[in-house]
Amino acid sequence: MTGTLSLIRLALRRDRLLLAAWILLIVGMTAATASAIAELYPGMAQRVALGVTIGSTPALQALTGPVYDATSVGGLTAWRATTLVTVLVALMSLFTVTRHTRAEEESGRAELIGACPVGRQAIPAAAIIVAAGANLLIALLLTAALTELGLPVASALAFGLAIAATGWVFTAVAAVTSQLTEHAKSANALAVAVLGLAFLLRAGGDAAGIEALSWISPLGWAQRVRAFAGDRWWVIGLTVLVALLLGAIAAALARRRDLGSGVLPSRAGPAAAPPYLNSPLALAWRLHRGSLLAWSAGFAVAGGLFGALAQSVGEILRDNAQLAQILQRLGGAQALIDTFLAAQTGLLGLVAGGYAVQAVLRLQAEEATSRAEPVLAAAVPRRQWTLSHLIMAFGGAAMILSVGGLTEGLAHGTRASDIGRQVVRLLGAVWVQVPAVWVTAGLAMLLYGALPQLTALAWAALVAFALLGQLGEVLRLPEWLQRVSPYAHLPQMPGGELDAVPLLWLTALALTLATAGTTAFARRDLIGT
Amino acid sequence: MPGDPVVLLSGLTKSFGTVRALAGLDLSVQAGEVHGFLGPNGAGKTTALRILLGLLRADSGHAELLGGHPWRDSVELHRRLAYVPGDVVLWPTLSGGEAIDLLGRLRGGLDQQRKQALLERFDLDPTKKGRAYSKGNRQKVALIAALASHVELLLLDEPTAGLDPLMETAFRACVNDERGNGRTVLLSSHILSEVEALCDRVSIIRAGRIVESGTLAQLRHLTRNTVTAELDRIPDHLPGVHNLVAEGTRVTFEVEPPRLGQVLRTLSDAGVRNLTCRPPTLEELFLRHYQAAP
Repeated sequence: MTGTLSLIRLALRRDRLLLAAWILLIVGMTAATASAIAELYPGMAQRVALGVTIGSTPALQALTGPVYDATSVGGLTAWRATTLVTVLVALMSLFTVTRHTRAEEESGRAELIGACPVGRQAIPAAAIIVAAGANLLIALLLTAALTELGLPVASALAFGLAIAATGWVFTAVAAVTSQLTEHAKSANALAVAVLGLAFLLRAGGDAAGIEALSWISPLGWAQRVRAFAGDRWWVIGLTVLVALLLGAIAAALARRRDLGSGVLPSRAGPAAAPPYLNSPLALAWRLHRGSLLAWSAGFAVAGGLFGALAQSVGEILRDNAQLAQILQRLGGAQALIDTFLAAQTGLLGLVAGGYAVQAVLRLQAEEATSRAEPVLAAAVPRRQWTLSHLIMAFGGAAMILSVGGLTEGLAHGTRASDIGRQVVRLLGAVWVQVPAVWVTAGLAMLLYGALPQLTALAWAALVAFALLGQLGEVLRLPEWLQRVSPYAHLPQMPGGELDAVPLLWLTALALTLATAGTTAFARRDLIGT
Repeated sequence: MPGDPVVLLSGLTKSFGTVRALAGLDLSVQAGEVHGFLGPNGAGKTTALRILLGLLRADSGHAELLGGHPWRDSVELHRRLAYVPGDVVLWPTLSGGEAIDLLGRLRGGLDQQRKQALLERFDLDPTKKGRAYSKGNRQKVALIAALASHVELLLLDEPTAGLDPLMETAFRACVNDERGNGRTVLLSSHILSEVEALCDRVSIIRAGRIVESGTLAQLRHLTRNTVTAELDRIPDHLPGVHNLVAEGTRVTFEVEPPRLGQVLRTLSDAGVRNLTCRPPTLEELFLRHYQAAP
């Protein structure tokens, strides 16, 4: 472990802005949610009414989880914030760990450090300590912020630690995945896939009322701590135990392998290129192929799960007379199922935005690693090179959404004995998401072309779109602010009124942004290493 | 001077923020020659090559490549040239063989027979994935892709930095073949022996400016020869020599070529028992430019 301290200092120096931004975002967002709920629902009666509405909306429960105590501001805050915040701390933790372990090995910087008097486990240890420390700091700041807002201190601490413990689990998950693969990209992808699966299990379990499903997911544990509604500390203990176990697995894997290699072996390739590999587009296809297939598989699973659950959403409410009444007013079981499907489809749209941004920023990865240089030094016009990756980003986003819509329609249609119609309806619903995804991708392209130092803003924009959609209503943000997000302009499908006008201008906007970005790139210097 | 200039740069400047990478660079490369572009790290060699490739835009000055404009006509020009970067990075998921074929096809096709011959000559396994290659092997991938392409001009940026001596020899043989085929080569390097062995003409760059340009013979003519002599007795006076060192009956000194005759007469009067006269090595030329204050 020699040298761990120096490596921690190095990591903190490199990440001081990034980690500070993550921590501020997470703590600030939670505090804003708590104070908004206290302000908007000051009376017990209003809060209970909100609780009943939540209970009658499985689509909302799929996104946020169940509400355990609707009578208190704390209980509602925990309900509203837990899922969103655990996903954010999970992302923060896994990106941090990968950046300081596998990414360092891949770039060769770890070799430089490994040759210094530094213990074999110092690099992963430092990364884990930094990520774990950030989570602990988040727990403490959350406790302080919520106590400051007048919530009980013990419950605030339980909430903070529930969040941090989830962060620790994903710190350990990334420690394992960065041992398995040779590339930072695939290590991140694997860890994000674990997070996605955890989200799906919890969303499915909570929406359909299947407790066992939610208990498989680390994201479910954070809710089942029941902060501000009984504070079950032992669930935090369980979460920490799982994190430690995963950490031990990562350490065992690290002892078994050489620096730079992964546990999963790499294979030999063909001696000559296949005939199709003769254009920038073919190269882009080769580079995006793996990630496109992985995303398609993820969307197939998610769509299938949402589709399979939709019918149960209608059924659970039949047992509850009070809810059934509300249901009738809302338009019956079919309307409820459609609301659920529309909410899940919206979620797929946001996640597809993540695919699109990473696919566009693949251009930047190619440029920053100098792999773009030999291609652009061959007879390849700059616009053709960017266009080939944009086709993968725009077309790929439409493709993964179609896959998700198809499995959603097949699964829901099978249960509703109405396959043909449901497949068409849900494919239509996912296609409605496409223009908003494209706007996000276009924004990423404009940033890459015109302000390549600021491409991180594309991710920030996507997070902002997600937050506006998730919190805009609850926080009663002004209408214009909510409508900054392209997703806010999409008609609610299935079930809603199809309006083609916003879809057309969003598509036009996306193409304009992408064209502007392409033109800016064609005019600027290549940034080499 | 055979042919027209293939590369013509004059008064080229380029700054990155406050750092001035090129400060009025003049360079001319004639068709059919192997031109050495010599300078230490950070002198501006790679920046100049990237401007020639249209990857960077010059701030001011004139640049001409194969009769066209490097930025405006880049795609047309790139069909006629091949480039090997100094630090070759390959796609981790593509095999070396795939990368060679791809780069060749993007330039407009490559000679499969020549590719096979080069794979053998450089002893490269084309089935490995990009991430599995060492630095030297990545360099071989880019070199083979460039050498097997049908092009008139090769732009090579420190192409042998990662090669072992055996491969360095193979590389030299290849460049000599290229010269025989009438191709033009601009070889950026800081390995003096390589430039000395391969190049018809040399340009020495320093801090973004060419400080010396010409054939090796021309450059040598400008500088002093080193003379070592064993004499019967040391003469009292040796006019026009520099850095004179006398040990017993042995003298070593440097002398400018025009003074050589007069000095030799003085030496023979002193009774020459043994004499060597050596032209300056490129290394000495190089050091003379680089050790002087800027």
